[in-house]
Amino acid sequence: MGAPAPLAVADPASAPAMEGYFHDLAAALDRALRAGERYAASFAAESTDFVRMNRGKVRQPGHVAQRYLDVRLVRGARHATHSLCLTGDLAHDSAAVGGALDGLRTVIPDLADDPHLVLPDTVASSRSARGGPLPHSAEIVEAILSAAAGDDLVGILAAGPVQRGFANSEGQRNWHEATTFNLQWSLYHRGDKAVKSTYAGFAWDSSAFARKMADARAQLALVSLPARTLSPGTYRAYLAPNAMDEIAGLLAWGGFSGRALETRQSSLTRMQSGATLDRRVFLDESPASGVAPSFQAEGFARPPTVPLVAGGMLAGALVSPRTAREFDLVANGANSSEMPDSLAMRGGALPAADALAALDTGLAIGNLWYLNYSDQPACRMTGMTRFATFWVEHGRVVAPVEPLRFDDTLYRMLGENLAELTRETELVLDAGTYGARTLSSTTLPGALLRAMSFTL
Amino acid sequence: MLSARHPMPFDGPLPRIDIAADFWSLRFVHEQSCSYTVRKDVPLPFSVSDEAGVMATVYADGGYGYAATADTSPDGLRAALARASDWARRTAGHALLDARTLPRPAPHGRYASPSLSSPMPSHREWFELLVQESRDAAIDPRIVDWEALCEVCTATHRLVTSTGGDVVQQYRFLLPSITVTAHANGDTQQRSLNGQRGICQQGGVEVLARFGFAGGARRVAEEALELLSAPNCPSGRMDVLLAPDQMVLQIHESIGHPLELDRILGDERNFAGTSFVTADMIGSYRYGSDLLNVTFDPTRPEELASYAFDDDGAPAEKTHLIRNGILERALGGSISQARAGLAGVANARANNWNRPPIDRMANLNLEPGTESMATLVGSIERGVLMETNRSWSIDDSRNKFQFGCERGRLIENGALGSVVRNPNYRGISASFWRSLARVGDADTMQVLGTPYCGKGEPSQVIRVGHATPACVFADVDVFGGAA
Repeated sequence: MGAPAPLAVADPASAPAMEGYFHDLAAALDRALRAGERYAASFAAESTDFVRMNRGKVRQPGHVAQRYLDVRLVRGARHATHSLCLTGDLAHDSAAVGGALDGLRTVIPDLADDPHLVLPDTVASSRSARGGPLPHSAEIVEAILSAAAGDDLVGILAAGPVQRGFANSEGQRNWHEATTFNLQWSLYHRGDKAVKSTYAGFAWDSSAFARKMADARAQLALVSLPARTLSPGTYRAYLAPNAMDEIAGLLAWGGFSGRALETRQSSLTRMQSGATLDRRVFLDESPASGVAPSFQAEGFARPPTVPLVAGGMLAGALVSPRTAREFDLVANGANSSEMPDSLAMRGGALPAADALAALDTGLAIGNLWYLNYSDQPACRMTGMTRFATFWVEHGRVVAPVEPLRFDDTLYRMLGENLAELTRETELVLDAGTYGARTLSSTTLPGALLRAMSFTL
Repeated sequence: MLSARHPMPFDGPLPRIDIAADFWSLRFVHEQSCSYTVRKDVPLPFSVSDEAGVMATVYADGGYGYAATADTSPDGLRAALARASDWARRTAGHALLDARTLPRPAPHGRYASPSLSSPMPSHREWFELLVQESRDAAIDPRIVDWEALCEVCTATHRLVTSTGGDVVQQYRFLLPSITVTAHANGDTQQRSLNGQRGICQQGGVEVLARFGFAGGARRVAEEALELLSAPNCPSGRMDVLLAPDQMVLQIHESIGHPLELDRILGDERNFAGTSFVTADMIGSYRYGSDLLNVTFDPTRPEELASYAFDDDGAPAEKTHLIRNGILERALGGSISQARAGLAGVANARANNWNRPPIDRMANLNLEPGTESMATLVGSIERGVLMETNRSWSIDDSRNKFQFGCERGRLIENGALGSVVRNPNYRGISASFWRSLARVGDADTMQVLGTPYCGKGEPSQVIRVGHATPACVFADVDVFGGAA
């Protein structure tokens, strides 16, 4: 890559600059407030280099700088929210926020009282900042493409700071910042035969990346073996943590939601009436183990751990303040979506290094894909195998397999058919970039299943 | 929310841009969305959301780069172009594409959604309508949750290019929805008005009338209750009659995504996936039966993704992708066309100012046939009518799929019979469309879509339209809920 002179512009997204900007913006909100009014403001910003790669080359490189502020104006039991896209120019943005409040003042008289409005009744300010600085993304890309020389590599690097903030008229201020990189890449053999890898964190380590690439190459050699087509049926299976992450991702859509459980829309509804998973299944929402903020968007603090499943039984739910008010429950720091963003599953007794030996003969599934429900109340789900998925005989990989569709219930997979969970768990940092880079993660073991049902 | 220092220049000249580049463009986006929701008769907090920013794209020294910013001041625009230029030059030596070979469009034109200037209900009137629908849904204690909502979005997009191109497109989107959940005896059934946000069109309040929104909640609630006591859908191979609000999903997943040229070129293999369609199949591959005619049609005014130019400045026109079952062309914008050496369509689209254009579906329609709904039903000896998508899953080559619907009705000896719950079916794209046995006429069509089509790295959720008649497929693998 060439090395033109770096841009001679100060980066207004740098950590100190952004935090100061946020506090100044909150002060502008304080000044704009009128008697009898309260506000709550949630801030989300990032300054991200996105470099997309294909065929071992750069497809689309670029940068996105964005700042959003959701301002909720409260008067009595009425309230309304304006989400603003901010420029970074404090004078302009302060005026824009003032304009947003003026707009909301005209709306609120037309609204009804909200019986489910809950605001923090204590001031709990906090601050956390982690990571950075990172090498220039162009240098990271140079290292990636150099390491992939000759390989059909496709993927994306996302790197830079992500910030979240909260402020309200009671003086609460919360700040959370994580400067991270997340490299997701696949090495392709041909067609749909590939190995997908991830390297993410707070500090780029060339030797760690080299080890990840070496592991991927070793798997690619196995993926390149002649593929086997399996007939639909039931097979013994090992689900690697990344495959478990897809199951966790499906359950996250309302499975643990207090509101969904109360209205019987959760896929885990039958656990409310006694259905159980294996007694070794423990699931927690565990912000302490992830990279998400310790506060939610409405300013409520999030406890370090919320038990969701314990000993195979439903142990709790993610309850937002609004749901708590509606259903007379106790709120526990959930966002309005009531989705986990730091789901953690307890490991078992099987050393991960022994997983294939314990599988003996069956399917080793590295990744699952595109999960959805076949029958949601029964928690029956379907999805595809993807990437590094192998047929194993006597503990040794024999062949990659053509994509298979599974269709099975959670109660069978992590219930009667759960043979063992791996002792080690793996932190999977969410690479999601819809609208913004997420700060979600999961911490999951692998799972050995006595049987898993495949239909197509 | 705009000021003199940070204008969103949708008319008139831009500030002077002086940058050493082979080509540059600035794509300005301003969208404002108002969300009105009433759940269980309680209005949820009103929210309004603004998006305002610009995407700068630069071709320089054979490289390509972009930079997105909400700072639309003259200095902000120059800084974004400089940053995009920096990326183009830094990566030119490793670039997948030689940007010197890419088109440099100079489009001119305007577009406006139908009835763009027609008056809309006030905030109060929206909530009154939705409260009424919500109250109409609460007809039985087994109704455990219900919601009526509408999102109204107005948008202005402007694309300016260094070649003198200048396009302004103005939109208004309406996304009304009614969803009712019923629960009894350990089972939960959900019914909606044409799916979760399946109703999504450009226009004004006429969109509501087109789908019978007023009065729709009671009908939806009655059908949710009916599902609670309905038997499970039978299993086995049989014919299926797919209503338009399931056809949209079938078209979307097993024609739309596989035909995206960037997937065929491999860009999406790390995330959204690849395609069972390869470039050498274009022009000769039998995708479906002779009855299958699929068009890219950005000209249907009310459809969600109608426009005059795509986000790379290519003029949009109706084009056949599949004619009489034969694949004629893929869904590729001008850059993908240049890469692949294939014809395409104007479908390079970005969902917002902060994402670059990639190949998307826009409006992808199945052209109507000649058969009435009565004829379609009458043609089936044993089968199921399936309505309203609720579950979708397909492999990364967009081949092996499994889809589920909210509601089914048995068809026996050419007549509609009882309602069944949990209707599902599975198949393989490469062979499924060849079993297309009958295509409904224009009276069976609906213009639907989804605001939630996701793909891309970084990821983008974009608005997609699908207009389709009801269709019959022969000998399909059908099954019901869990035993």
